[in-house]
Amino acid sequence: MSVDQATVRRIAHLARIAVSDEEVPHLQQELNAILSFIEELSAVDVEGVEPMTSVAPMKMVWRKDAVTDHAGADVIVANAPVSEDGFFTVPKVVE
Amino acid sequence: MTDVTRLTLAQARDALAAKTLSSVELTQGHLDAMAKARGLNAYVVETPEQALAMAAASDARIAKGTAGPLEGLPLGIKDLYATKGVHTQACSHILDGFKPEYESTVTSHLWRDGAVMLGKLNMDEFAMGSSNETSYYGPVASPWLPPHRDGAWAREALAGDKKGLLTPGGSSGGSASAVAAHLCLAATASDTGGSIRQPAAFTGTVGIKPTYGRCSRWGMVAFASSLDQAGPIARTVRDCAIMLRSMAGHDPRDATCIDAPVPDYEASIGASIKGKKIGIPREYRIDGMPAEIEKLWADGIAFLKAAGAEIVDISLPHTKTALPAYYIVAPAEASSNLARYDGVRYGLRVPGKDISSMYENTRRAGFGPEVRRRIMIGAYVLSAGYYDAYYVRAQKIRTLIKQDFEKAYAQGVDAILTPATPSAAFGIGEKGSADPVEMYLNDVFTVTVNMAGLPGIAVPAGLSADGLPLGLQLIGRPFDEETLFSVASVIEESAGRVALPQPWW
Repeated sequence: MSVDQATVRRIAHLARIAVSDEEVPHLQQELNAILSFIEELSAVDVEGVEPMTSVAPMKMVWRKDAVTDHAGADVIVANAPVSEDGFFTVPKVVE
Repeated sequence: MTDVTRLTLAQARDALAAKTLSSVELTQGHLDAMAKARGLNAYVVETPEQALAMAAASDARIAKGTAGPLEGLPLGIKDLYATKGVHTQACSHILDGFKPEYESTVTSHLWRDGAVMLGKLNMDEFAMGSSNETSYYGPVASPWLPPHRDGAWAREALAGDKKGLLTPGGSSGGSASAVAAHLCLAATASDTGGSIRQPAAFTGTVGIKPTYGRCSRWGMVAFASSLDQAGPIARTVRDCAIMLRSMAGHDPRDATCIDAPVPDYEASIGASIKGKKIGIPREYRIDGMPAEIEKLWADGIAFLKAAGAEIVDISLPHTKTALPAYYIVAPAEASSNLARYDGVRYGLRVPGKDISSMYENTRRAGFGPEVRRRIMIGAYVLSAGYYDAYYVRAQKIRTLIKQDFEKAYAQGVDAILTPATPSAAFGIGEKGSADPVEMYLNDVFTVTVNMAGLPGIAVPAGLSADGLPLGLQLIGRPFDEETLFSVASVIEESAGRVALPQPWW
């Protein structure tokens, strides 16, 4: 499978990465090189094989549904590029 | 006084215990060496005040007789481990200015055991790379001189764009370079497809990726969660064993981290390997393998035979599928893990006309080209209509890869011996600029181990015709790192310790 330029733009938007028009042909070429590399997998017979869902067989553990290490809003927003009164601030999303 | 940086971790530990050396002296010696080696670009941040304060506290504990197993030993920490109040960016611009409010479990284990932090080590951005060239902070140079070049030439290259100097490999390039250049006694590293073992092989150092689940990943910047695992790089097999014992251990905050006692790995060093069955997988004899790698592998077989091991030919038929399957699984998981970098909670924010363009501009400016490429591949293979054809198929292939190993172990094989890398170290700027896949091929021997969640160790075993270090890899049964340490110490002993480069930088 290979991707066309419209698909490159669509993937970039899905990934929320801005791309310029000049970048698209180069990205298309690189993505297609990777896709053609992984294409050889289509020849592998996977009939009846279970997909791996856990690397090591282990029992999932349960913990109490409780606050564990709530450090306080100030600590949580300490690294935010923009914050106000212990809240993360983003551009207006609701008109 | 002798140069304290030439000590191994074990020697330094013993000297501190015998009180013939203080941690402050040992730490200062390393800080001085780091200051002279800034051109290598192994460290992105040095923390001298913190290091000396930790060292003084260690000396006090040693005097009081309450020393921990790593008491007073100065270490370098890969930039993807969260260290409270200290630069933690996985060498990405998108985590600009990030100083975590918490400590990763692995580093907190090291400090619990008395270790001293020298600083944060360079790496490929988000651990995506095999040459440390994708770092936002620029490439790391290996302390090994390129063939036919002298120190004067290399010093000039170091001051410029570093082209032509050797890469230390990646993604743990800063860790490997710092350990090989004696800028720390040992370093933390991490391995998603070979990022501990390939740089160790390129720099004549030892690196172990333990079994998936052996170390907690809490507080490590996530790349591909079903593959990522912490591990050390050090100058000897023994030093790696000492490091891993402290790094490993249960953590309720990582659900994939097993609740099982951590063995005293150091006790495995020098244990007899008589009668151990060592598998040689025929599929690792790839087309176009350089003769010197073939010879290295044959030498390794001869060392183990001489030590009484039984050598058996085995087959791991799905080996060839591991690398392409990895380039579905890892980008898919990365695209999901890296979705959190959106300019809201931490790091860089680049404004836009609305929230969506703020996300897109932030991620365009914050991620480097290799990371953007992998996120996009991940988004594509997970997108509607392609999920089954790519991701589910790759996870099925992963089951087949794991079954290959299980069959070999069921035949009584204790460990598997392979080359660690397809070649010796290459030059900065030499690979992957035209085709990203060229760089990916570096991980052909290591990536199978991550896909199956097994432990793997890289140990230096000889030199190339050009005088560069070459490593062998041993792959073990799940949670049997002890056998790897025993067998690797036989290779280390038989090959003779690699003479690491003298400072030219």
